[in-house]
Amino acid sequence: MSDTITLKYDVSTDDFTRAGEASSDVKRKLKNMNVNPEAVRKVAIAMYEGEINMVIHANGGVITVTIDPDCITMILADKGPGIPDIAKAMQAGYSTAPDNVRDLGFGAGMGLPNMKKYSDDMKIETELGVGTTVTMKVFLAA
Amino acid sequence: MDKFLNSVHLDPDKCKGCINCIKRCPTGAIRVRNGKAVITKEKCIDCGECIRICQNHAKMPTYDPLSTMNDYKYKIALPAPSLYGQFNNLEDSNIVLTALKLMGFDDVYEVGAAAEIVSEMSRKYVMEHKEQWPIVSTACPSVVKLIRVRFPNLIDHLLPIQAPVELAASLARKKAIEETGLPSEDIGIFFISPCPAKVSACKNPFGIDKCDVDAVLAVKDVYPRLLSFMKVAALEPEDLSHAGRIGVGWGSSGGEAGGLLSDIYLAADGIENVIRVLEDLEDQKFTNLEFIELNACSGGCVGGVLNVENPYVAKAKLKKLRKYMPVAGSHMRHEDMALWTRKVEYEPVFKLGENMAESIRLMSRVDEIAKKFPGIDCGSCGAPSCRALAEDIVRGVASESDCIHILREYIHKITGEMSMLDKRNNGEEGEGK
Repeated sequence: MSDTITLKYDVSTDDFTRAGEASSDVKRKLKNMNVNPEAVRKVAIAMYEGEINMVIHANGGVITVTIDPDCITMILADKGPGIPDIAKAMQAGYSTAPDNVRDLGFGAGMGLPNMKKYSDDMKIETELGVGTTVTMKVFLAA
Repeated sequence: MDKFLNSVHLDPDKCKGCINCIKRCPTGAIRVRNGKAVITKEKCIDCGECIRICQNHAKMPTYDPLSTMNDYKYKIALPAPSLYGQFNNLEDSNIVLTALKLMGFDDVYEVGAAAEIVSEMSRKYVMEHKEQWPIVSTACPSVVKLIRVRFPNLIDHLLPIQAPVELAASLARKKAIEETGLPSEDIGIFFISPCPAKVSACKNPFGIDKCDVDAVLAVKDVYPRLLSFMKVAALEPEDLSHAGRIGVGWGSSGGEAGGLLSDIYLAADGIENVIRVLEDLEDQKFTNLEFIELNACSGGCVGGVLNVENPYVAKAKLKKLRKYMPVAGSHMRHEDMALWTRKVEYEPVFKLGENMAESIRLMSRVDEIAKKFPGIDCGSCGAPSCRALAEDIVRGVASESDCIHILREYIHKITGEMSMLDKRNNGEEGEGK
C-alpha cells in the first residue's frame, strides 16, 4: 500500500457548463482527507483556472493529480495550439480568449497569474502546434 | 452539552426503510439499517429535507408542545415574521399580536423588531469590515452548520452578530424583569418558530454562550389556536407592533439582505442552491459582493417545515402586509451588544482517517471496492450511492454483501455450481462412473 493516490480526469469541451468538474471532484476528495483547508483552497483554485484554460484554449486534455502526504501535484496536459509567448500570457489582464467565451464572463486574463499565485511551484512546457503541459505543486506542511 | 444536537427524530413504527430520505439528504447523513432510517448526528445540518420528503410521516421535527406554557408564571411570545404570512386577509400585524395575548401570553416581542436592530448593526459591520467581503449571513442555523462541517475556508466570512431571535429573547427577558420584578426562572420566553433548526440553535447555541429562549413552539401548533381569537382581536387590536418593513421582510429570502440597504448582495434559498453558492464562493468564482444571504429553506424562513402556508403564498402575503408599514420601527440603542462572543470552529465530520497518510490509504481502498459495484446508486443497501457504501465498508459499518447486486451474482454463482453438481450426480455430463 503506497502512500500516494493518483486521480485522472479527461477534460472535454463538449459541454462548457461542465468545465470545472475535475477540480470540483478533487476538492471534494481532498476535504475528507485531512488536508488543511488552506491547501485545499489553493489546489481547487489553481486547478480550476488550469481546467478552464484547457477548455477555452486547447480543446480539452488530461489532468493527473497525485496526492501524497507532502505534496499535491497537478499535471495538466493538452494537445492544443501551444503558448507563443509565455511571459506575455503570464501578465495580468492579457487574454487571447475568443469573443464567445468573453461574453460568458471569462477571459479576464487572470488565469495563468492566478495559477502561479495559488500554487507553490509551477512549470510550463509548451510547443507550438503540439501542445502544453502545466505542472503545479502545492506543498503540505509536515 | 451534546456538541451535535439535531431537531429531527424518527417514529420507527412509521418508517418503512424506503430510500427517499437517504437520497435526499444533502450531506449523505442518513442510512437505512435493519429496515429503519438512522441519521449520523455529526453530519446532519437540520435542513429539514428528510422531513419534507418522508411520505410515511416517520421523520418528525423536534419542538416543544404548547403545554410548556404552563411551566412559567410570565409568558412572552416571540413571533417569527413568518407567522404573519400564514393568515388570509391580514391587514394589521397588531391583530396577530393581540390574539397571542388572548391565547395566554402575557406579552409579545416581535422577532422582526429585533431583526431591525440586527440589520442596523449589520449595516455598520459590513461597512467597517471590507476585508471580510462577501460577508455571509448567520441567521439560518442550518447554513452555519453546513459551513462548519463542509466549508471551513468560509468561516472567516461569517457575520458575527446574533440571530434576531437570540437578541429578541435577551431583550424580552430584560424588559420582563424590569416590568414585573419576577425572577428570571419564572419568565418563559417562547419562540414561535417556522423551523426545527432553531430548536437546536436555541438549546445548543453557536457564537454566544447562552440563548434566552426557553421553549420553541411550532407555527403550525400556534396557528389553529390563534385563529379562534383573531376575530375578537380584530375588533380592538392593541398597539403592540414594533417591527416595520425591514423586520417583517426577514421572513422571506432577500429580506435580510434588503435590510442592509445596499444593492451589492446575493440571496439564495433552498439547501442545494446554498451549497452551489458556497462551492463557487470558495473557489473565488465571484468576488464583487458585499453580502451573501443564505437560507436553507426554499422561499426563506416562510419555507420552514413548521409552517402551515405554502411558502410562496406566504411571501406574497408578507409583501402585501409590509407595503404600508414604516421602513423600520426599532432602532439600535447604545447598550444593545449583539455581537458574537465565541468563535465558530471547523468540525471535520466527513474525514476518512486520522491523518493524511491514513486518508490516502483508505481512499485507495474505497476506490478499489467501489469498482465492484454497478454504480447505479439504487439505495437498496441503505446507502445513498455505491461510492457511499464503499466508504461505509472501509469505515467498518457495512459489508459488500449489503449490495443486492453482489448478493445476486453470488447466488447465481452458487446455483450455477449446484446445478453442475446436480448434473454430475445424475450422470448427465457423460463423465459418470
